[in-house]
Amino acid sequence: MASVTIQAVKKRFGATDILHGVDISIADGSFTVLVGPSGCGKSTLLRMIAGLEEITDGEIRIGDKRVNDLPPKERDIAMVFQNYALYPHMTVRDNMAFSLMLAKEDQATIDSKVGRAAEILALGALLDRYPRQLSGGQRQRVAMGRAIVRDPQVFLFDEPLSNLDAKLRVAMRSEIKELHQRLKTTSIYVTHDQIEAMTMGDKIVVMRDGRIEQTGSPLDLYDHPANQFVAGFIGSPSMNFLPGTLRRSGDALRVELSDGTQLDAPQQVGGMDGQPIIFGTRPEHLRLVSSDGARGAIPSRVVVMEPSGMDTFVACRHEGVDLAAIFRERHDFAPGSTIHLQPDMSCAHLFHAETGQRLAA
Amino acid sequence: MFDKLQNSRNALGLIFMMPAAILLVLFLTYPLGLGVWLGFTDAKVGRAGEWVGFENYVFLATDSVTQLALFNTLFYTTIASVLKFFLGLWLALLLNRNLRLKSFFRAVILLPYIVPTALSAIAFWWLFDAQFSVISWVLVKMGIIDTYIDFLGSPWNARFSVIAANVWRGVPFVAITLLAGLQTISPSYYEASAIDGATPWQQFRYVTLPLLTPIIAVVMTFSVLFTFTDFQLIYVITRGGPLNATHLMATLSFQRAISGGALGEGAAISIAMVPFLLAAIMFSYFGLQRRVWQQGGGDK
Repeated sequence: MASVTIQAVKKRFGATDILHGVDISIADGSFTVLVGPSGCGKSTLLRMIAGLEEITDGEIRIGDKRVNDLPPKERDIAMVFQNYALYPHMTVRDNMAFSLMLAKEDQATIDSKVGRAAEILALGALLDRYPRQLSGGQRQRVAMGRAIVRDPQVFLFDEPLSNLDAKLRVAMRSEIKELHQRLKTTSIYVTHDQIEAMTMGDKIVVMRDGRIEQTGSPLDLYDHPANQFVAGFIGSPSMNFLPGTLRRSGDALRVELSDGTQLDAPQQVGGMDGQPIIFGTRPEHLRLVSSDGARGAIPSRVVVMEPSGMDTFVACRHEGVDLAAIFRERHDFAPGSTIHLQPDMSCAHLFHAETGQRLAA
Repeated sequence: MFDKLQNSRNALGLIFMMPAAILLVLFLTYPLGLGVWLGFTDAKVGRAGEWVGFENYVFLATDSVTQLALFNTLFYTTIASVLKFFLGLWLALLLNRNLRLKSFFRAVILLPYIVPTALSAIAFWWLFDAQFSVISWVLVKMGIIDTYIDFLGSPWNARFSVIAANVWRGVPFVAITLLAGLQTISPSYYEASAIDGATPWQQFRYVTLPLLTPIIAVVMTFSVLFTFTDFQLIYVITRGGPLNATHLMATLSFQRAISGGALGEGAAISIAMVPFLLAAIMFSYFGLQRRVWQQGGGDK
């Protein structure tokens, strides 16, 4: 096992900059998730760690070793590909044994290592099958088995669950997490799915357009997003954003929405009186209040109701802006009716209207 | 009745099949059947033959020219196919890399294939000419040889010369088909094997070659069939000479049947090729048939 240090790493394809100087330090034994919309450079960064892409500028270290110029096989890493990349003409056993055979391990060692990996992943009965004869989830496990037998310093996962159906994805998610808890090998996991990132990572790196937007623990990102992008990206259903104005009178700080609704902002943040801001509140932080003059409530027109049994999702519109709310209780609002939603201001997020950055305290 | 016909899937299927079936019967089954029948007769040009049983085949088995033609055909097919395979594979691997002007080179590679065989054969005839050969001229000017090479005058020279022409003409088919096969191999196998620690040679040995085997089987079967039945090149360049040294079964059959008028004997020579062609197909079918890993069998 080893830590991974990424310092000022840049990637350029011809005239196109893919990564504009990325710094990440990944602790030994941690599970780090790189997440972001497609095209943000997360897969490219992972492939640079693997040695499949050249590093244009900057430095990547695995443990104490600078690996910029090392070929993949000398980096002591293992990678699980999105399409698994299992060799179709080899059995499950041969797929897992391939790297050991190339390393000229003796047959007894190969058998014991493959056997151990097969046991960990419950692949024992499938060792003599070909990849074509396996289901998606089984292929996924073989791909992980191929990584495990090498006993690498670092596991790299490139969107390994995106080819699976929703149910299997949830199951494999916990399987990978359990595997990590058992093996404690440093893992770097790329996904575009923020739920995967939240549920699996010790640490999440949110990327956009070749830059890091924020790095932190899952709940840290959820509770204290550094900017509007992270706030909107992390969490499902995503955070509501309403344009407003900051009102400061003495010590009191208020947010005034475009229709004149006044909301008390309890926490002290920077920003001038009259400054335009984006007010963010998560769907679960909206409370239903009675209509008669509730202070700090947002009048909203119900568009769609989506009861899921466990909770009720209500899509509304306020002044032309979509607003989502989630209630633990069961409600039955008529579409088109108006309800009043009061945001929990202790969990409110205020962002600069132009830069999208969180307003500093 | 017409309405009923229109609504019957089977009847419609039969009708749509007819044009193809008629063409196949007219231009494939009938000539083949006629050939088989002629092989058992003593038909000559202008005289319908009489049934003679296996007389033609018995005669051919002892005929030294036919024996030589059989040897030539096997030699020609073996050497040319092996050369075409290795050259074609090499070219395909080369073209599969990210070369500059890749599409230009791919187009150039195809040129020998699209030039009419008879025309390229004439060009080779000139290249191999005893007096005007450019090859000889260049080699003499470079001081490598003193006298012009008699490409088509001596048996072994002639054999290798026509093999060279056949390889030149046949390589594009092999190269382009293998290139298509190479492009179906997902790059992620190479990335996975690079991480697994494979050297370029090991990647070729353990990834490229096994995944290319099905395509190789198909392309080489076709290549062997085409080469075994080759006619045009030989007929234009040597007409089977010198001393029948380059006669193939196909050219000998033509010479005996059309030029010589012995239709029955010529047909028998042609039919005698069938077992060899069947053997080639069987070899490819059983020896290189689809492996378990290629066979269907979806998710379980």
